[in-house]
Amino acid sequence: MGKLIATRDAFGEVLVELGERYKNLVVLTADLAESTRTNKFASRFPDRFFNMGIAEQNMMGVAAGLASCDKIVVASSFAIFSTGRAWEQVRYSICHSYLNVKVVATHGGISVGEDGSSHQATEDLSLMRPLPGMRVVVPADATETKLAIRAAVETDGPFYIRLGRPKIPVIFEDSCPFQLGKGYRLTEGEDVAIFACGVMLYQALEAEKNLRREGVKAQVINMSTIKPIDTQIIIEAAKATGAVVTAEEHQVTGGLGSAVSEVLAENFPVPLERVGIKDRFGESGTPEELFKKYGLTARDIEEAAKKVLRRKG
Amino acid sequence: MDKITSLKIRANQLRQDVIEMTAEAGSGHPGGSLSAADIVACLYFEVLRHNPKNPKWPDRDRFVLSKGHACPVLYSALARSGYFPVEELRTLRKIGSRLQGHPDNRKTPGVEICSGSLGQGISAAVGMALAGKIDKKSFRVYVLIGDGEIEEGQVWEAAMSASHYKLDNLCAILDYNGLQIDGPIRKVMSPEPIKEKWLSFGWHTVEIDGHNIPEILDAFSQAKQVKGKPTIIIAHTTKGKGVSFMENVVEFHGKAPAKEEAKKALEELREEVRQWEN
Ligand SMILES: Cc1ncc(C[n+]2csc(CCOP(=O)(O)OP(=O)(O)O)c2C)c(N)n1
Ligand SMILES: [Mg+2]
Repeated sequence: MGKLIATRDAFGEVLVELGERYKNLVVLTADLAESTRTNKFASRFPDRFFNMGIAEQNMMGVAAGLASCDKIVVASSFAIFSTGRAWEQVRYSICHSYLNVKVVATHGGISVGEDGSSHQATEDLSLMRPLPGMRVVVPADATETKLAIRAAVETDGPFYIRLGRPKIPVIFEDSCPFQLGKGYRLTEGEDVAIFACGVMLYQALEAEKNLRREGVKAQVINMSTIKPIDTQIIIEAAKATGAVVTAEEHQVTGGLGSAVSEVLAENFPVPLERVGIKDRFGESGTPEELFKKYGLTARDIEEAAKKVLRRKG
Repeated sequence: MDKITSLKIRANQLRQDVIEMTAEAGSGHPGGSLSAADIVACLYFEVLRHNPKNPKWPDRDRFVLSKGHACPVLYSALARSGYFPVEELRTLRKIGSRLQGHPDNRKTPGVEICSGSLGQGISAAVGMALAGKIDKKSFRVYVLIGDGEIEEGQVWEAAMSASHYKLDNLCAILDYNGLQIDGPIRKVMSPEPIKEKWLSFGWHTVEIDGHNIPEILDAFSQAKQVKGKPTIIIAHTTKGKGVSFMENVVEFHGKAPAKEEAKKALEELREEVRQWEN
């Protein structure tokens, strides 16, 4: 395994770079400057940083107002409070008004760990995905995070970018083919297609290696953009393999698994297995323990791949 | 031993437990647990009408820890009251434990409702007090809120509804320690003037030193006498109280003491008890 970097750390760094370039970039947080790493931007650009206190709903409303006055706004809290507590403000003030607000949330998923379920967002993607105009991105590592944040700041309109708390493996050391709205294949294989996002991409790549040793050739596709979903790559992969697995650190309803299912059902139905959290809340524990308990390991992806292969017949 | 000294010793025990639990877990929120220890001790060992052998007793007084991150002090009070074995405190935040990082009523005996998403606990407390009124029950509802927490709009929606429905069976306690995660509340997002806000929302207010046991007990009995409106006890406290190197240190909001620090902290706390006992 190579380097380990938390996606929130990459976010903190790239935000400072973007602050230099875009003088109208304003950053908000809700008493979580250090945890979200927006404190870096705060010390570099104190005049364009506002701590809104523990008041996420107001933060999203203020973000909308700032954006309506030609600011590019990054509003950052934990994923559960950004999307859950402030959902209707994000829906109406930000998305309905189609404003330039980038909701960049850290602490997505159960890898939050010991804080437990109150702080583990496992429904955020399903909350953000149906909002008209919203773009939803879940970067797989630090490198892709920087590209995604840059793309969000440089693209007009609302974004939801989901980042994580712990350090995770860097997959893209030198270059990353990230393009907003595009999935991309990282391995070739004709037996099964594995679509993954966020930290699950690493697990998918591990699973791919193990499967290959057992003679199963999987194509692993990074679906960091969940909305707009890249229908073309999903249909292509389904045609090439006839069997699909999705993997996400989220409930299996409403997120990546649902997005891929919808495209398949409407265009080219093939057997599908979804790896993710199965209709339960998280709990306290280390990220590793929780990934095991909640079925989010490479092993779980391998099993899903074998199961879907049997169904393919 | 007199009641006051024995409650001081109880609070000290809770503080020791908080240090041991968070150090063992390697994470958690010691600062806001220590600031609330005297209040929680008075509640669990003097004020609350409750039955640890029957946590679901319908007539029990309710306590809601709206600032749920301070649950180590709640778990310690529950264990020391007999809701579950004291040894279980060491499992805090571990996989499979009944003692979650934030309170979970489906896991921990004695916890009334899930809390830790700030602002939600006080609304739930309003609901409990309202249920008490509907059913003409005599139980009282206590809710502990943080001074950073009151930045949440929901707190003020709850405050409005509690006075609107004249919930004199509801008593909130504000842990006024002056700090939130990113620093002093006055710098991050000032909720001042605090007392005037609650007064204008129709609450009875009592202002006390939140580490002075007689003042705490007195405030709770005063609250019981107030008719027709809810009471808030504005308790001036020190975050990290009781451990010299943790007092007023912002970082100890959400950082566990390291093993060495825990040892020192426990020595300080035990020394304090020895002085009271003499
Ligand atoms: C809705 C919500 N937003 C953010 C958080 C993260 N958070 C946990 S504790 C805390 C600070 C709380 O400060 P305060 O209420 O003053 O607590 P105390 O000082 O008593 O520990 C924050 C922002 C949260 N738990 N819930
Ligand atoms: Mg405080």
